[in-house]
Amino acid sequence: MSPSSSAEAVPGAVPAPDEHHEHHPSYLVDGTTVKSWLLTLDHKRIGVMYLIWVLLFFLIGGTYALVVRLELLTPGPTIIDAMTYNRAFTMHGVVMIFLFMIPAIPGAFGNFMLPLMLGAKDVAFPRLNLLSLYLLLIGAVIAIWGMINGGMDTGWTFYTPYSTHTTTTVAPILFGAFIIGFSSIATGLNFIVTTHTMRAPGITWFKMPLFVWAMYATACIQVLATPVLGLVLLLVVGEQLFHFGIFDPARGGDPVLFQHLFWFYSHPAVYIMVLPSFGVMSEIVAAFSRKNIFGYRAVAFSSLGIAFVGFFAWGHHMFVSGQSTFNAGVFAVLTMLVGVFTAIKVFNWVGTVYKGAVDFKTPFAYFCGFLYFTVFGGMTGVAFATASLDVPWHDTYFVVAHFHFIMVGATIMAFMAAIHYWFPKMFGKMYHEGWGLVSAALIILGFNATFIPQFLLGNAGMPRRYYEYPERFQTLNVASTAGASLLALGFIVSAIYLVYALVYGEKAAANPWNSKGYEWLTESPPPTHNFVGPQPIYTEEPHFYVDPQKAEEPHAV
Amino acid sequence: MQSNAAAPAHPAGVPPVPQVAAHFASLDVQQHAARLGMWLFLATEILLFAGLFVIYANYRFMFHDGFAAASRHLDLMLGTVNTIVLITSSFTAAMAVHYAKEAKNKMVVVMFVLTILMALGFLVIKYFEYSHKFHVGQLPGPYFSDPNPELQVAGVPMYYAIYFLSTGLHGFHVVIGMIVLGWITIKANRNEFSGRNYTAVELGSMYWHLVDLVWIFLFPMLYLI
Repeated sequence: MSPSSSAEAVPGAVPAPDEHHEHHPSYLVDGTTVKSWLLTLDHKRIGVMYLIWVLLFFLIGGTYALVVRLELLTPGPTIIDAMTYNRAFTMHGVVMIFLFMIPAIPGAFGNFMLPLMLGAKDVAFPRLNLLSLYLLLIGAVIAIWGMINGGMDTGWTFYTPYSTHTTTTVAPILFGAFIIGFSSIATGLNFIVTTHTMRAPGITWFKMPLFVWAMYATACIQVLATPVLGLVLLLVVGEQLFHFGIFDPARGGDPVLFQHLFWFYSHPAVYIMVLPSFGVMSEIVAAFSRKNIFGYRAVAFSSLGIAFVGFFAWGHHMFVSGQSTFNAGVFAVLTMLVGVFTAIKVFNWVGTVYKGAVDFKTPFAYFCGFLYFTVFGGMTGVAFATASLDVPWHDTYFVVAHFHFIMVGATIMAFMAAIHYWFPKMFGKMYHEGWGLVSAALIILGFNATFIPQFLLGNAGMPRRYYEYPERFQTLNVASTAGASLLALGFIVSAIYLVYALVYGEKAAANPWNSKGYEWLTESPPPTHNFVGPQPIYTEEPHFYVDPQKAEEPHAV
Repeated sequence: MQSNAAAPAHPAGVPPVPQVAAHFASLDVQQHAARLGMWLFLATEILLFAGLFVIYANYRFMFHDGFAAASRHLDLMLGTVNTIVLITSSFTAAMAVHYAKEAKNKMVVVMFVLTILMALGFLVIKYFEYSHKFHVGQLPGPYFSDPNPELQVAGVPMYYAIYFLSTGLHGFHVVIGMIVLGWITIKANRNEFSGRNYTAVELGSMYWHLVDLVWIFLFPMLYLI
């Protein structure tokens, strides 16, 4: 099939380019001044700016990670003192979670793709969209200012009463996270309203691409959970400055209440991080298996299911906080329900690949890594949800390895897959496929080499966040640090060939993957108002990959 | 809402025709989007205060006697007056929407000015309540210094911490509401609203109802029980 055949497959979707002779510049060259970028209301430019910033934050967070790993090469002091180490792992967590994992896929790819996939000219509130980018940056600047001027040693969870008594600069970093929360709410609100009101004619709820479903579910969590985090962060700042005693047991306060309010946000926040990844992967698995997604409705509803159940699972962070056995049992079962919805997705992805004509390109390589990290990380999650198993593993490296597998592993796979899958659409250039596969292999291997030793370390009893450890843990720590170096090498390789492709890459066709997603029905890169001519009308489903020659009967949903 | 900011001042008696932003299919869709966005935003505001309500419930359970004792030392009279003032201001805000639909921009201005004045009255009463508490030392946490023997009960400083946090956060919302309504009043004064274009009045008014609603929860929670 030629790239243009996809346009014919959806009658009326996009007028053929030669019907309109006037020139429609792509969004990349429509205005080239700095101001035209910084004050743009175009969702695509805002998406690209998000991409640039989250990559910078990823670099900062990754550098802290390498510092932590280098420090743990030897049992005693290696390169930094204990206080610097505490600050380093705290900032690694804060930067990676609040500045990379949460905004990365919704900010960069959600902003860019969601309106295209809905046949809309922009998101519902373009100014709010730009504002949310700048709120993210303001929050980041305040947090990084706090980091440079003193830093914070509480760990990213800011547990009270320690966080209200430590002498390090907690207030600006928490305030930064508070502002970043506003950014997250604004993005989520914008996406919900866009999905409700901006769908092109023909895009019913069950014709929305699965990435849109995932972004919608994510946005619901962002809107419903983040205000509670905002309040609790404000209260901790208040405690730090005025010692009201809300969370301070010495003054009659209750630190476990902090944990409840904190995890009421931060556990759903895990799904803010992974649900977009699930959406990306649903697009990619269909595109590179050349098959309609297996169980479209099940995949769509399971996103909402995860978003819903995610709000009732926070208590599993408090199995060892003196919670009653009954509570522990209830939260254990509710937590395991997340596994049921995730399994629905995993089985449907595998069902999609089954008997598909797999085109093993770089995004599909990341899909394979993703499937493995999700299943492995998810299964260890079910193990953690079992209260009796959580007790010995609590706050060991087993936790660290588990949440890196599911949160970081799955999200990084999806982020890299999304960059590679949508790179031609976003920038109109092709990258080198061979190097793409090489770096995917390096990253997947490096990730395993980093975190499988940490599973073993945690199981052997090494606690997380400790500066020194007994001699017998050294071999596995060295292995983990070696893995981290491999991981870093993988990212450096992909950075090099992607930047090279940006400058010297050959021009991409409108639909280089022969994909059926709606976003491929416009040019690469898209013009400023997304589609040339009138608003498109969609008649097909977004993942309609069934070959019409082979299947005469209506396709299964 | 997006298009309104760009609307020019309109000296003549006829309100201007509202503009539809380039990315919306129609005015209806644009107004629907604005309303939906506002409802979602109000949901986040309610959740923000919900965190405080959870904290209140938790500590009321832990320090039942202290909370009961401290709550008796709030000025029920001033609290009731404030509640009446705020509910009345919510009524005038609702009337503003009614007049905006009929393109009676003068009345919109009148109603919003009344609303803002009542908001100011609310803050003035709050100021007298606060200064009394500062004076007698009914302050949060470590600053509590009231020697009254009735207040020497565990949990009283915690009660005042929650009192000042929740009324302070609510007062901050009152100030924001006054700014928002003031901005819409300026637009109404430029004769911008009509039956086809009253979204800004409607949304501003919705925000003011939220401020009122939160107070209707705070008043019994802090003053009555």
